Amino acid sequence: MSHKVIVPIGPYHPLQEEPEFFRLHVDGEKVTDIDIIIGYMHRGIEELSEHKHFHQVPYLVERICGICSSSHPYAYVLAIEDILGGEANVVPERALYIRTIVDELQRLHSHLLWLGLAGHFIGYNTVWMWAWRYREPLLDLFEMITGNRNHYGISKIGGVIHDIKDEDIPAIKKAMDDLVPAANMFKGAVMDDPVIHARLKGVGILTKQQAIDWCTVGPTARASGVDIDVRRDDPYGVFDKVKWNVIVEKEGDVFAKAVVRILELYESVGIIRQCLDKMPKGPIDADIKDIPPGEGIGHVEAPRGECFHYVRSDGTNRPVRHKIRAPSYVNIASNKVAAVGQTISDTTITLAAVDPCYCCTERVAVLDKKTDKQVLNGWDLIKLSQEKTEKIKKRMGINV
Amino acid sequence: MNVKLKALTKSIWVFHAACSPCNNCDIEILDLLTPRFDIERLGMVLVGSVRHADALLVTGVPNYKTKERLKILYEQAPKPCVVIAIGNCSCGRVMFRDSYNSPCTVDEVIPVDVYIPGCPPKPEAMIAGVAKLINKLKGK
Repeated sequence: MSHKVIVPIGPYHPLQEEPEFFRLHVDGEKVTDIDIIIGYMHRGIEELSEHKHFHQVPYLVERICGICSSSHPYAYVLAIEDILGGEANVVPERALYIRTIVDELQRLHSHLLWLGLAGHFIGYNTVWMWAWRYREPLLDLFEMITGNRNHYGISKIGGVIHDIKDEDIPAIKKAMDDLVPAANMFKGAVMDDPVIHARLKGVGILTKQQAIDWCTVGPTARASGVDIDVRRDDPYGVFDKVKWNVIVEKEGDVFAKAVVRILELYESVGIIRQCLDKMPKGPIDADIKDIPPGEGIGHVEAPRGECFHYVRSDGTNRPVRHKIRAPSYVNIASNKVAAVGQTISDTTITLAAVDPCYCCTERVAVLDKKTDKQVLNGWDLIKLSQEKTEKIKKRMGINV
Repeated sequence: MNVKLKALTKSIWVFHAACSPCNNCDIEILDLLTPRFDIERLGMVLVGSVRHADALLVTGVPNYKTKERLKILYEQAPKPCVVIAIGNCSCGRVMFRDSYNSPCTVDEVIPVDVYIPGCPPKPEAMIAGVAKLINKLKGK
């Protein structure tokens, strides 16, 4: 006999920053369908940006997302520089290097953040504490370079605002050296732990065809074997001048997504090291005043995937149209296939695996379809997920 | 001094209500729990349900959707409940005041006790703000 129930998750949930609402249709323990309701974070940024001066917009778009707060302004200034004749023709070379370094530092901090939260969701609070501990030195670097722990305010049309001083470079290099053992530890912890294998492997599988059909981007797509990365496919900054690899995994499950993110930590460290060594001296700003009429696009590889900006200018000092597409927008939708067929306790980590700016993501609630009564909330889901890990540990005879 | 209020100053349990923020204040709140700042040593715990909370941490500018829900959250919280507005957005609406989807500030929806400005405020600033709140409740 089937027991069909709807589980609402959201919108207010202690661990996800953004309110977002998921409605899980469950049959017993199995998820049969999922509704995703968003809009709790809508602030009308595209419309606001049409009422701001070109040079004020980076400040605004930086506040779209606090975690990828270098990607959005970067994509915006790329779009403007596309109108002006291309980033490489407009921006001084030193500024390109500084942009690349900040972009990669941001990727490091974002991936560590996700690792920590993923650890928490499956009941490994130690992973959360460790990952966020190693994230702190990176925030200190941001504070040293840009003056703020988050919201770096680094991108500017035609260059960057803050220079990296020569005396700061040893500190950045040392932070990178310290990060590698930490990344090794996480790699070991994820690859060798039988409980994590049992908990994450085969969970939330997104096949290659599904990943393409649902237009996923970034680590979500790369974990499913789709070889896309804006940094390689349409290089910006100095990504074409440094050596690095695109990490691709085939499995498409949550484990593969974790592996992709951990291995990308090493690539980012490598890119930052090479940039620091190659960085030339010179000006950091081209001092651009007027924007000619035209339209431009800019896209960068944010930690969650491709972040796309389109700007149209009519020769005045404000954009006529500014269109933004953030990576989570497509990635969240892919949960519609990835979460189906899972148990409720696995849904927590599946929904979190695409790294949706998830705190803004609403809660999920489980409703009994017959009575419309709420059965579980987001907090209960995390508990369920953590209990499952405990059960697996017990079955395997591991007492940690 | 109100006995309930006095008891509240011993160990404040906080609930985090995000009203369309950009995530940064929220991330910094979570940062408070992690080893460098570790506010649990001061008796503060982030709780999962508003019904267990002594304090509401509000971030972001309320929009039409979250405005109603913020009110419901506040009504559900056991009283006395202090409200802490974190970040420039929730203190005043800053650049979102012209947005079509930002009808009011947080203090027009629910009464706010402490404002912690900053974009985002540093974790140290948040700890200092809460320390000031505790002193205020104690009447110092």
